Amino acid sequence: MSAVTIYVPRDSAALAVGADEVAATLRAECARRGLPVNLVRNGSRGMFWLEPLVEVTVPQGRVAYGPVAPEDVPGLLDAGLLTGAAHALCHGITEQIPYLAKQERLTFARMGITDPLSIADYEAHEGFAGLRAALAMKPEAIVQQVLDSGLRGRGGAAFPTGIKWRTVAAAAAAQKYIVCNADEGDSGTFSDRMAMEGDPFMLIEGMTIAALSTGATRGYVYIRSEYPDAIATMTEAVRRATAAGFLGDDVLSSGRAFELIVRKAAGAYVCGEETAMLESLEGKRGIVRAKPPLPALEGLFGQPTVINNVISFATVPLILSRGASYYRDYGMGRSRGTLPMQLAGNILHGGLVEKAFGVTLRELMFEFGGGCATGRPIKTAQVGGPLGTYLPESQWDLPIDYEAYAAVGAVVGHGGIVVHDDTADLSKLARYAMEFCAIESCGKCTPCRIGSTRGVEVIDKIMAPHSTKHNKPQQVQLLRDLCDTMVNGSLCAMGGMTPYPVLSALDHFPQDFGLANPNRQAA
Amino acid sequence: MNVTPASVAQAALACHGDEPGALLPILHAVQDALGHVPREVVPQIADGLNLSRAEVHGVVTYYHHFREEATGKHVVQVCRAEACQAMGGDALMAHAERALGCHTHGGHGGTSADGQYTLNPVYCLGLCASSPAMIVDEKLHARMSPARFDQVIAKLGAAA
Repeated sequence: MSAVTIYVPRDSAALAVGADEVAATLRAECARRGLPVNLVRNGSRGMFWLEPLVEVTVPQGRVAYGPVAPEDVPGLLDAGLLTGAAHALCHGITEQIPYLAKQERLTFARMGITDPLSIADYEAHEGFAGLRAALAMKPEAIVQQVLDSGLRGRGGAAFPTGIKWRTVAAAAAAQKYIVCNADEGDSGTFSDRMAMEGDPFMLIEGMTIAALSTGATRGYVYIRSEYPDAIATMTEAVRRATAAGFLGDDVLSSGRAFELIVRKAAGAYVCGEETAMLESLEGKRGIVRAKPPLPALEGLFGQPTVINNVISFATVPLILSRGASYYRDYGMGRSRGTLPMQLAGNILHGGLVEKAFGVTLRELMFEFGGGCATGRPIKTAQVGGPLGTYLPESQWDLPIDYEAYAAVGAVVGHGGIVVHDDTADLSKLARYAMEFCAIESCGKCTPCRIGSTRGVEVIDKIMAPHSTKHNKPQQVQLLRDLCDTMVNGSLCAMGGMTPYPVLSALDHFPQDFGLANPNRQAA
Repeated sequence: MNVTPASVAQAALACHGDEPGALLPILHAVQDALGHVPREVVPQIADGLNLSRAEVHGVVTYYHHFREEATGKHVVQVCRAEACQAMGGDALMAHAERALGCHTHGGHGGTSADGQYTLNPVYCLGLCASSPAMIVDEKLHARMSPARFDQVIAKLGAAA
């Protein structure tokens, strides 16, 4: 009997619910029964409510079982796990599970399918095709492909990636850098983490293409210290890619050099701001720099630097291998392509949903997410991380598109969606937004450093039991004035956008602040 | 050879001192070896990198990850961010404080009187679809509840 291939994910969301224990039990139990198996630790498919998700290869495809606990293993083997037999935990062919089948996985096409650290597996699934195409092109032509694809920065700012690359390519300098911002600190986001743990060569390939197009020879991946598994996987992937000649002094015998270094961050949220990250990479406190100069001209160590988010770089190989128009044909308006969105918080089916721009929050939360995990009605969702707004039901049918969201003062950001049920108290969440800013402010500018602390105090005054009908409107006005100062006077998005969740809570959920009529009291 | 803070700092300087922007990798190496960055190594690292003591001290104290004080035997970090709050993160933190005898406030953690546990808040572990989440030493745990918390801590005790 030939060995059956079984998959048990190594993504940290699977490890955190016992995937290692399941893998060990499967190995031991199969050995005890004399069943030859080939156990592969794959990335996650991104259906986290089913983790640990065990998959078995059968002639029809891969059959999914989950969530599997170690104690389920003997019963599963008794039922015929290795032949894909029926069981209470069986979900049929993985790719036919509606959650996956309804997605448009372009960037995450390999996610959960391959062994993340196998170069052979990566190449068997279109890996390094983009890099090989780029090596046959002139640098300007690479940049043109990225421009034509319409790709915009997936970290949140949505700046056209190709324009950034063109600026760095045009700058004259002896040393240029490629920096990947993997300081994914927003609550409700995990697509960067999944990419680094589940398909790390894709990021390496994207950064190498950026290097070829701009003339950079050195790159850094700046990964948050809260992601130990991502750091370990990326470090090993860089080692293997270098050993195999995809990185180093002579990338695929092209005569071009690109060295990649993994750097561990140290728990400062504000280092997700690009200039603070550069300071940190230089070995300093992560204090935001004033712009200009743009990092594209004076970035890391004062040299021209491409800075992009993990998902931006990770999308480039596909654009180069399939062509700009293939990617551009997805999406709507000026938001081209797809966004790997993350359904998180109080949601029944939380996970990674990659869809073309234009999908609505309602579709994501109900058709994919299945409503709240608690079974209660959804009250609101915060989209775009801790600096994103809370969207009331009246905005759930907006297409997810950078411009459509901006038109109502909301942000798509990095595509994180944190769902709250009807027990959520928006005054508490607004207070938390200010408190988080106070903890994480780099301290350089006053509106952020002082404003956040004052914000906590004012919200406390609004919510105090002795707050009267008389003084409450005054305090609300004070909070709005303070937010205005922070929005317009802060140096970066930390202080400049902390008011977004606060004001959206106040505007859309005034009852949570004890305000009956927002129009009269808080005009 | 005896492992002393000075020898650890020396090894870290020898390993990373020539890298551009070497300070963070050096501090990580020291903390990984010792569990914290003792004040006594600051002058030595400053000397090695030709920086002022103030610059090194500034970096150590700026980043939440670096600690100047020794921690308890186990470091428990409970996520306080929004996705975990939506699934009972506040109650989990309150339970952790009671169960471990540690007090936290704002962004600051605390160590239990017996030196067994240090409890820290953490802001996002990237397990937002399986919240609430925490990390104990280097191991992640998701879909936590007070009962599961107690099981995880009991296993630590059994392994000790």
